[in-house]
Amino acid sequence: MRAVLLRFAGAIPTLFGVVLVTFLLTRVLPGDTATYFAGPTASAESIAQIRTSLGLDRPLPEQFWRYLKDLSHGDLGMSLTTGQPVKTELINRLPASAELTLSGLLLAIGIAVPLGVLAAVRQGSLIDHACRVVTTAGVSLPVFFTGLVLVYVFYFLLGWMPAPLGRLDAFASPPPQRSGFYLLDTLLAGDIETFRAAAAQIVLPAATLALFALAPIARITRASMLAVLGSEFIRTARASGLSGPTVVITYALRNALLPVVTVLGMVFSFLLGANVLVEKVFAWPGIGSYAVEALIASDYAPVQGFVLTMAILYVLLNLAIDLVNRAIDPRARRGA
Amino acid sequence: MSAVLRVEDLSVAFHTRGGTVHALDRVGFTVGAGETMALVGESGSGKSVTAYAIMGLLEAAGRITGGRALLGETDLLATDLSRIRGRRVAMIFQNPRAALNPIRAVGRQIADVLLRHGGATSGNARARAIEALRAVGIPDPARRANAYPFELSGGMCQRVMIAIAVAARPELLIADEPTTGLDVTTQAVVMDLIQAMAVQTGMATILITHDLALAAERAQRIAVMHAGHVVEAADTATLLTRPLHPYTARLIAATPTAAGSLDALQSVPGGLPDLRGSTIPPCRYAARCERRLPACDGPLVTRSAGDHAVACANPLEAVA
Ligand SMILES: Nc1ncnc2c1ncn2[C@@H]1O[C@H](COP(=O)(O)OP(=O)(O)O)[C@@H](O)[C@H]1O
Ligand SMILES: [Mg+2]
Repeated sequence: MRAVLLRFAGAIPTLFGVVLVTFLLTRVLPGDTATYFAGPTASAESIAQIRTSLGLDRPLPEQFWRYLKDLSHGDLGMSLTTGQPVKTELINRLPASAELTLSGLLLAIGIAVPLGVLAAVRQGSLIDHACRVVTTAGVSLPVFFTGLVLVYVFYFLLGWMPAPLGRLDAFASPPPQRSGFYLLDTLLAGDIETFRAAAAQIVLPAATLALFALAPIARITRASMLAVLGSEFIRTARASGLSGPTVVITYALRNALLPVVTVLGMVFSFLLGANVLVEKVFAWPGIGSYAVEALIASDYAPVQGFVLTMAILYVLLNLAIDLVNRAIDPRARRGA
Repeated sequence: MSAVLRVEDLSVAFHTRGGTVHALDRVGFTVGAGETMALVGESGSGKSVTAYAIMGLLEAAGRITGGRALLGETDLLATDLSRIRGRRVAMIFQNPRAALNPIRAVGRQIADVLLRHGGATSGNARARAIEALRAVGIPDPARRANAYPFELSGGMCQRVMIAIAVAARPELLIADEPTTGLDVTTQAVVMDLIQAMAVQTGMATILITHDLALAAERAQRIAVMHAGHVVEAADTATLLTRPLHPYTARLIAATPTAAGSLDALQSVPGGLPDLRGSTIPPCRYAARCERRLPACDGPLVTRSAGDHAVACANPLEAVA
């Protein structure tokens, strides 16, 4: 427990750095907020007025100090485009992004880990070749491209999937909010109809993310399994006549998972980034598309809020990976 | 003498990029009931490959190209070993810490084997694993059962390995360099333990070692291996006092004794021959041998007097 708290404390400088960098970045990005909001016909006077009212005429350190003070009250500012507090909007939209990213990741894990394991156990077999194809194809396809292809094939050509227009089609109403995850909330509400609708909407974007995540996970699983299967303790397990499943799952896979978990962390953070594009392609109402729209409008506060949210997610993610590693590896538990 | 294991004409080849390595060529030896038989030879002579072939643990590149290994009536080279490994034949290895699962408590690793072969149930597996740890002389076994290999000394890990190996009371234990890498006191303790377990359960032991002195001290019989051949086999006293093969004589001269001085030690000159391809000489020791004759280039014949066997065209004493 102490180690976990220490990790949290260690993340504070990182978070502060993120706050500083996003603040500076949004100030040097092209586009002037005041001009944008004053509109194309505004006079220089009214632009100056808006600038003063937004505090943009103050020196940067003062602006930063004010920003920090607001942050410490949990205030992320207002979005100028929507007129809503950034915090509220992020909190409302976060579940959509989280559900999509997690679905993509789980889908990828569910396919890539068994694939990697089988490829390692049956080296040189058909499944091993399949694994090789997946891992090379997966890296060479950019995520918005796979997204568009999937939409084109499964919505436009085949018509198997609903239009890529968000989390639910127009006829369904969202389930009562519990976790904010539609797949979960519909099941909790016992609403199979809406569950189906939500699932149909999430399949393509999640598959897009999964295709992106598949390659690195399958590759590391295969490599890690191969290394473990060749190790001395597996020879012992075989020599003591343990059953095939015990040797492969209980002995080899659990050891092989250690590097896989670490790579999962990396893949997850890539996914958070890829999410932004996928949300755009599928009109997914998550924090990624929110940030993109704000960025185009030179609306600082949502962008800052988004980056900060990502940084916090990233820290939490690394913490989670640490905890999983501790759960698997006694050396990590007793070492620290 | 009733044999527990009879290995006949065991040949193993490895297919590698550099060509086929004929690692074992017509290896043969027997292990009597309850006896300790030592397989001795310098590093690379094929001792481990012999053990792996018998256990069906050769890596994918290795192929058994001939021979039999009879455990009682069962030919280990021609059977499904899944019901035999760990139950009738068990093996322990050099570097015991690496030979244990690093992220599984040692008690559970023993329990795994007891559940598989030892008739343990999930209810009593833990208690029986603790019992097994006590039997191999691990102090405070109930606590140590929860320890992981990295928390135990090398000697302790080897005791755990022994507990795993004897869990199902096998007929034969193959110990591949079981004490190499342990400190001298621990070596003696581990060997004592192996022999005590063997006596207790009536199990026969193949002791694989590069150390002739260890073999002389612990084994009733010794088979000497060189470059994939068994060059000589005899009971320990005969082999040490009246070696027939020039290589055995060299090994004896290269082995420190309590009485001899270190200066008198001579290492065996030359190295092992290249075992790739088809141009391997019939006698794989000939290139290093000071007693070489033209006859040495003819087919290699193994001759025996009683249970003293030698594969040499010009042995130190004539063999009937
Ligand atoms: N994977 C392999 N590929 C090629 N040759 C091998 C392989 N494993 C073992 N060998 C050959 O078998 C010989 C004997 O090895 P080994 O049985 O490990 O010797 P040792 O007597 O030291 O246990 C080696 O010298 C090598 O030529
Ligand atoms: Mg060896």
